[in-house]
Amino acid sequence: MGWAIALHGGAGDIPHSLPPDRRLPREAGLRHCLDVGIAALKAHKHPLDVVELLVRELENYPHFNAGKGSVLTSSGTVEMEASIMNGKSKKCGAVSSLSTVVNAVSLARLVMEKTPHIYLGFHGAEAFAREQGVETADPSYFITPENIERLKQAQDANRVQIDYTQPVQKEAKDAAATIPNGDSQIGTVGCVAVDSEGNLASATSTGGLVNKMAGRIGDSPIIGAGTYANHLCAVSATGKGEAMIRGTVARDVAAVMEFKGLSLKEAAAYVIDQVPPSNAGLVAVSSTGEIATVFNTTGMFRACASEDGYSEVAIWDSPLK
Amino acid sequence: MGWAISVHGGAGDIPLSLPPEKRLPREAGLRRCLDVGIAALKAHNHPLDVVELVVRELENNPHFNAGKGSVLTTSGTVEMEACIMDGKTMKCGAVSGVSTVVNAISLARLVMDKTPHIYLAFDGAEAFAREQGLETVEMSHFITPENIERLKQAQEADRVQLDYTQPIQKEVPKDAALADGDSQIGTVGCVAVDNEGNLATATSTGGIVNKMVGRIGDTPIIGAGTYANHLCAVSATGRGEAIIRGTIARDVAAVMEFKGLSLKEAAAYVIDQVPRGNAGLVAVSSTGEVAMPFNTTGMFRACATEDGYSEIAIWDSPTK
Repeated sequence: MGWAIALHGGAGDIPHSLPPDRRLPREAGLRHCLDVGIAALKAHKHPLDVVELLVRELENYPHFNAGKGSVLTSSGTVEMEASIMNGKSKKCGAVSSLSTVVNAVSLARLVMEKTPHIYLGFHGAEAFAREQGVETADPSYFITPENIERLKQAQDANRVQIDYTQPVQKEAKDAAATIPNGDSQIGTVGCVAVDSEGNLASATSTGGLVNKMAGRIGDSPIIGAGTYANHLCAVSATGKGEAMIRGTVARDVAAVMEFKGLSLKEAAAYVIDQVPPSNAGLVAVSSTGEIATVFNTTGMFRACASEDGYSEVAIWDSPLK
Repeated sequence: MGWAISVHGGAGDIPLSLPPEKRLPREAGLRRCLDVGIAALKAHNHPLDVVELVVRELENNPHFNAGKGSVLTTSGTVEMEACIMDGKTMKCGAVSGVSTVVNAISLARLVMDKTPHIYLAFDGAEAFAREQGLETVEMSHFITPENIERLKQAQEADRVQLDYTQPIQKEVPKDAALADGDSQIGTVGCVAVDNEGNLATATSTGGIVNKMVGRIGDTPIIGAGTYANHLCAVSATGRGEAIIRGTIARDVAAVMEFKGLSLKEAAAYVIDQVPRGNAGLVAVSSTGEVAMPFNTTGMFRACATEDGYSEIAIWDSPTK
């Protein structure tokens, strides 16, 4: 056994030709967050605290699609959502359509701990944030120039895109030429962790899909779709939200382990295989310290580590470093 | 095989001493909706159309907690939510935070059919409803005197209650409490299958009495209150938070598929995992089976199958 942690910065059509100025900051972010998580687990922090801490870090990082750096709705606004779940108690919290809360995952945790409810959205969630005194900022704080560009591109192409979808160009030259102006290689963030006592937790946070309709809710705040944890495993998923909702991806990993007797890795692979290609990825840990990071997209920004000393940071199939 | 349909008007702590003026209108409503659903299936309407139609009827009936007759938030407002799913395609639609749309279930269907998304909420959902030309009214249309009373009672008791929870009274005889503040109404839902195995489910609600503004329950959460795939269609009701945690609707299908249980066994298994007093569901399978388990005192429900069986019930044994 022993502790284990895995985190992701989004799955999608991340081109192998991703230029260094797009790749290196995200790798550095993943590495930094992994180190923070490892230190917290070594210091015997509860996995619930660990996943919240890490997702806060990822939300604050403008290179990932959560918190600062969230993609924009069709109206050019930011609507953030997040959820968190404790595997042993199955208590959970979720929030949607936040526009001023600096750390959506922390608000989700407060919903879980300070209300009789699981899920708050929109004006009610914003009001609760103020009651609780969580840090808020002007909506402009979350908006980055890259995301204004992504939105423009998506509107030009007149389609909703996962962050990573390659820009659709009628006569695109090589991919490298199009990337500097309109890459969309960022995505949802999430973290799962388990300690040596088998306590499991999962947290996911996102700005959603570029050019989404105002009020659109994706899989990240949906317990059983983007986030799930029980006594067997903790899962955080990423990709095209609609496919993950339909596929009840996060819940299914645990269900398949329990009802079909598969291992974590087998269950995770089975579930991702059911989702149409190029739509999903997930990170998961089991109560016995196993790790699974599976995706059916070109790539998934991810990192993981376990108590036996293994650690990995990766984007495509083979680990980096 | 053959078609099958099941309808619910909410599960909860429905007292056996429910007075006739509270019981009869709901029984009549269930009977009517069942008849509407049966006629639609006999006329070979697709189950997706059948469940939407039946849930619209239930939303329009002020005696159930959906549409007109929805319970109130802590601010005395109405925030409705609904969800619909097609088992074969697994396409689905959901809405939350709707305050002026007469039939939230139809808005959910439009999200499914007319947008690239599954789930729209609050201002965005209301704006979409107007774009689509759906019938909207003043929020006051949905508010009934009974629900104003329920809210008052819940606020006095300072707790969030399921619609059916008995009022907590220090020294009051049960009947007296019921007359003034019963909360025996709940979420509505419908599941249906035709003789080709096409499955669909739809659920709609006002939520729980005295909920925080912005609180979302299980009804619009695919896999919690609503779910359909090629095996079965499920609509759940009860305490939303327990249903979300228990991923109830998804689990019925998962247990059938991965454990090989029948619909009835799977439904019973799943309800058994939820803390007592918290949940009920209706479900139909691709082969025309029906299941309606609940671990609460009662569940307003009705069902019918092509072989001529039909049933309307509140507590353990069928009424009628």
